[in-house]
Amino acid sequence: MPTVTITVNGKPETREVENRTLLVQFLRENLGLTGTHVGCDTSQCGACVVNIDGYSAKSCTMLATQVNGSSVTTIEGLAKGDQLHPMQEAFRENHGLQCGFCTPGMVMSAIDLLRVNPKPNERQIREWLEGNICRCTGYHNIVKAIAACAEGQAKA
Amino acid sequence: MYNFNYHQAKNVDEAAKLVSGVEEGKLMAGGMTLIPTLKQRLAKPSDIVDLGKIADLKGIKKDGNNIVIGAMTRHFDVANSDVVKSAIPGLAGLAGHIGDPAVRNRGTIGGSIANNDPAADYPSAVVALNATIITNKRKIAADDFFKGLFETALEPNEIITAVSFPIPEKSHYMKFPNPASRYAIVGVYVAKTGNNVRVGVTGAGPVVFRQKDMEAALAKSFTPEAIKDIKQADNGLNSDIHASAEYRAHLVNVMARRAVQGCG
Repeated sequence: MPTVTITVNGKPETREVENRTLLVQFLRENLGLTGTHVGCDTSQCGACVVNIDGYSAKSCTMLATQVNGSSVTTIEGLAKGDQLHPMQEAFRENHGLQCGFCTPGMVMSAIDLLRVNPKPNERQIREWLEGNICRCTGYHNIVKAIAACAEGQAKA
Repeated sequence: MYNFNYHQAKNVDEAAKLVSGVEEGKLMAGGMTLIPTLKQRLAKPSDIVDLGKIADLKGIKKDGNNIVIGAMTRHFDVANSDVVKSAIPGLAGLAGHIGDPAVRNRGTIGGSIANNDPAADYPSAVVALNATIITNKRKIAADDFFKGLFETALEPNEIITAVSFPIPEKSHYMKFPNPASRYAIVGVYVAKTGNNVRVGVTGAGPVVFRQKDMEAALAKSFTPEAIKDIKQADNGLNSDIHASAEYRAHLVNVMARRAVQGCG
């Protein structure tokens, strides 16, 4: 079996994996980082979104071997100790979640939006979330949370 | 997913050798279609040759009156390229509406074209803009490239290295997306250069095609009204749970008119 080394949340992790091991399996099963969720498993729902070398991607549709040598950030890598990432804080403040299943992917995706477009309008936020599905129909507060985070960062 | 051997090619020559020297080799670009296909066990390659680390295949440049896009250039990069946005804004717009942001961060133009999904967006632009597909072996005209359902003119160990798009006077793409997958139920790309108008239709049939009645009418008068009464025949069009052939035929006309309107 091949050996891969992937830097996850700043820490290099070396494991033996099968060639068919998906990145999301590597994160959840090999590393125990279960914050990254598998929702649809067909690259539509976005619950598995993580950040790879600076951009967002669906970890259920990538092989661990493809990201050998890359840096991956998951939802677990956002907070600094007890201090939540501003996007996590914004989701909490604005009640941007109900059951929480889609939340890790939503937060990871939202952070990528602000990287690409630091001051998105509501339409741009909603368009960006096309690949993140929420079954609690909680989009309204998710959009509010992302807008609030963007505004907070613009002031900071 | 069945297991397979995995190879990361350093360059195109190595990839061509790797893929032809094995039992059933498969090239992987961004993997946005291949990996879901493997997960559903619809494909069982013995070996996967990953093109992801071949730097030469990435990038966008203006070459005379053409925009040349490397095969491994991601949809995100085409959508946000200043070169593409200024020369062929219709193409940048198309790339910016493929799938969703996370898919656009991985999916590539070469992968999309080589796969030739009947509902993929890019083939309509390749055909309408009369692009040339450049491979490790030859140059293939758009009209000769897309052969049928998931079928192209590519030989087994032939690899797309770039796609060259002549810059049109104006062009625009309109699609009616499936709300879940964002694939085109029908997508129409209209391109105009002088009196030459080309209309590429994706999603409607088993493979991308040109709507030549509309092309002729638009060459005379480049207005939505000029094609208002041109009916797309529904025989041979796709019919599935998302849309009947009749509905798709209707959408071809609607999307074509909106694309002409969008050309400005």
